[in-house]
Amino acid sequence: MTAEMANQTGMTSIPALLLRNASQFGSAPAYREKEFGIWQSWTWSETLEETEALALGMLDLGLAPGDHVAIIGRNRPYLYWSMIAAEMCGAIPVPLYQDAVAEEMAYVLDHCGARFVVVGDQEQVDKVIEVQAQLPEFEQMIYLDPRGLRKYDHSKLHQYSHVQDAGRAKRDELMGTIKERIAALDYDSTCVMLYTSGTTGKPKGVVLSNRNVIETSKSSSEFDDLRRSDEILAYLPMAWVGDFIFSVGQALWTGFCTNCPESADTMHVDLREIGPTYYFAPPRVFEMQLTQVMIRMEDAGRFKQWLFHRFMDHARKVGPAILDGLPVSAMDRLKYRLGELMIYGPLKNTLGFSNVRVGYTAGEAIGPEIFDFYRSLGINLKQLYGQTEATVFITAQPDGEVRSDTVGVASPGVELKIAENGEVFYRSPGVFVEYYKNPESTAGTKDADGWVATGDAGFIEKDSGHLRIIDRAKDVGQMASGALFAPKYVENKLKFYPNILEAVVFGNGKDECTAFINIDLTAVGNWAERNNIGYGSYQELAQHPQVLETIQGHVEEVNRSVAEDEMLSGCQVHRFVVLHKELDADDGELTRTRKVRRRIIEEKYADIIAALYDGSSEISTTTEVTYEDGRKGSISATLEVRSASVTSATQKMAAE
Amino acid sequence: MLDQTDGYVTADGRQIGPVVMEMRNITLRFGGVEAIKDISFDIREGEIRAIIGPNGAGKSSMLNVISGFYVPQEGQVYYKGAPRPPMKPFEVARQGIARTFQNIALFEGMSVLDNVMTGRLTHMKTGMLAQALWKGKAEDEETANREVAEKIIDFLEIQAIRKTPVSRLPYGLKKRVELARALAAEPSLLLLDEPMAGMNVEEKEDMSRFILDVNDEFGTTIALIEHDMGVVMDLSDRVVVMDYGKKIGDGTPDEVRSNQDVIDAYLGVSHD
Repeated sequence: MTAEMANQTGMTSIPALLLRNASQFGSAPAYREKEFGIWQSWTWSETLEETEALALGMLDLGLAPGDHVAIIGRNRPYLYWSMIAAEMCGAIPVPLYQDAVAEEMAYVLDHCGARFVVVGDQEQVDKVIEVQAQLPEFEQMIYLDPRGLRKYDHSKLHQYSHVQDAGRAKRDELMGTIKERIAALDYDSTCVMLYTSGTTGKPKGVVLSNRNVIETSKSSSEFDDLRRSDEILAYLPMAWVGDFIFSVGQALWTGFCTNCPESADTMHVDLREIGPTYYFAPPRVFEMQLTQVMIRMEDAGRFKQWLFHRFMDHARKVGPAILDGLPVSAMDRLKYRLGELMIYGPLKNTLGFSNVRVGYTAGEAIGPEIFDFYRSLGINLKQLYGQTEATVFITAQPDGEVRSDTVGVASPGVELKIAENGEVFYRSPGVFVEYYKNPESTAGTKDADGWVATGDAGFIEKDSGHLRIIDRAKDVGQMASGALFAPKYVENKLKFYPNILEAVVFGNGKDECTAFINIDLTAVGNWAERNNIGYGSYQELAQHPQVLETIQGHVEEVNRSVAEDEMLSGCQVHRFVVLHKELDADDGELTRTRKVRRRIIEEKYADIIAALYDGSSEISTTTEVTYEDGRKGSISATLEVRSASVTSATQKMAAE
Repeated sequence: MLDQTDGYVTADGRQIGPVVMEMRNITLRFGGVEAIKDISFDIREGEIRAIIGPNGAGKSSMLNVISGFYVPQEGQVYYKGAPRPPMKPFEVARQGIARTFQNIALFEGMSVLDNVMTGRLTHMKTGMLAQALWKGKAEDEETANREVAEKIIDFLEIQAIRKTPVSRLPYGLKKRVELARALAAEPSLLLLDEPMAGMNVEEKEDMSRFILDVNDEFGTTIALIEHDMGVVMDLSDRVVVMDYGKKIGDGTPDEVRSNQDVIDAYLGVSHD
């Protein structure tokens, strides 16, 4: 123990951790990537060699301490190494969202003043070249996949492996400088800069120090007892703080292996092959998987269906209790074992969850049915609450105290406080240093004592000490009648229906609430196929009378459930439309992490919102859409405005 | 007399090599029908050569002559400087010519990977017995061939469907698998029969990208037949235009576009 602890001192940077891992367990696998149909793997020693070679090469190209290095691409070991290599040179890695369009990228690249850009492939090279005129500080670009790039002007462009080769050749001359630069990294130097997706306004660059990253990685790894033998699948955007903490911070701290899928499309197959022990996914992914399981079960034979439903009912009854270690009768346990053999085991295997020891979901509220489904199978799925500014962790659910409606207790080292208006504040070693080049926002978010405003409204439950989040603090408003307006609360209830992908509720300062609804094409499309309903386009399916009828049913059910909560009964949806297009990040309607941007939606669809409130029964509209390559087009449609029945709050009051 | 001069440089700066295949006064008849009438043109190393024309112009027949499947009644095909005798399809494949078909000819019941591996057949030397015993050389050979197949799967971005039976794939992907199989043969001349027929705009863009990348990455000479004028003009270095079995134009896309005969054939002209 003491020897171990002694070794941990001086671990004040990510490169230092890499050096430690390479010397202590150099032959253990560090990174894997599926390429050409085979899992290629690199040990910690090999990772160190590759990373050093790149660092030497970048140094040779003139990377200076304090420079920013933008990193754009899908999750690949090479790109993780480029982050560590940048740190070895004393530079600051800035991972960006790879699906961002060129203009979005231009803003961030210019804001951080990136001198170096490391990209995955031609697509990203093209985007950077397109906007390079706006980037006075941009100097060198390094790319991984040479495909299609042969004819490009290579005066500023370098192939990753060539940079490494150049670095290896100059090892003797430059290694001294690298060592000095690594030695110069301390707990207060910047580890990484991550741009928040920004539900309002421009993205902000969150500066995280080595202290933030390493302290958080350390305490969260201890909290969940993460081990060197753990496996994770790195498939979430590299620009997202969670991926940085899981695939870099915790991976280097505990020394577990990070696996990268072959491509975005093969993620599910790769997940099965790897069988991660530590897994993270946003609620959307769990929802999608459950929808797929249910759809495929409907295609199964009658006996299989019967077996599935019978055992799933049993799992729902006792599964979560068994997982939490509560007393369960011997008969029920036996039946659950049998179910494990017949249904749960094979199902978990198909989903790739056979080995999951710790699973997390966060980012959005998860539907109780979905959450319970996975837990009843025996998957230890938990919720956490966090944000970039906190280096992820604010609260997390300890094993054995897991519920779908809370986000858990304060993570180790985190203090919580609830302001008068209900806003949640926290203070922790993970609290970010500052917003880059934005002292006003920094001051507006973090006070002198280090308390950070989350922007979310919530409360701490008296009995359990768990935090519950109601909504974004700035979205919580008042209706004309003075009743509380919490749109997210209603939207989440709507989104729990598999047919509804996205919902946006309006009503701040109005007499009644209304909603936009996006259908889920997978679920509704499958339903249409089953019922022989033909449709030519998303738009046509969305406006099909039977679809509207079904959605109306869901809205009315939600209204009944909302009405039960006295505080929020004013938030029942009176009128709604099913939108003719999916809300999309490319159109600016969602953030890259798929959160609704209310202001933008309100402006863009002002005509539809007006129709929701003026009593008209339909609305013709034209909407501009942005294609993946950045070109613009438009779609026009006539949408039916539907009224949903509501449970009158006044009636209820009178009855009481 | 075969033109062995050095070739030319394309608009985007690619060096095009000498002539690899030359059609000289080809005439092809089916009974009384003349599908191809006295056509001559050449294909140069490293270029993308398109053959276009309205329906029934004889494009597919022309491609079949190039691939050696049809033997013309008149005229001669020169391949790498020498007149080419009539050949069996596998002999053509051994010469480094691979093709795709207009109406997809894949093994529907086999997986994508297995289909691509069939493209490697001409590169397998070990005998049937050794293959069946799966020992020594046969195993090494399979590994090496699998590697080539996987690189092509990666190149065409079809990793996600590697193990999927072809019959379950949508049309656009089947086309891509067919291209993968043709590429697996590592051809020096690739013949594509309407690679973009029946595709939507997005699929066409993808396919165009792949064709350009194949040409750029492997230096493969490509001869393709296509219906869609827009795609052809963007993609190819030189274009042969056919109408009613005759050649009515030959040159760069710009030259062909301004050729009056071509305009007439495509837009229609009143016959009096």
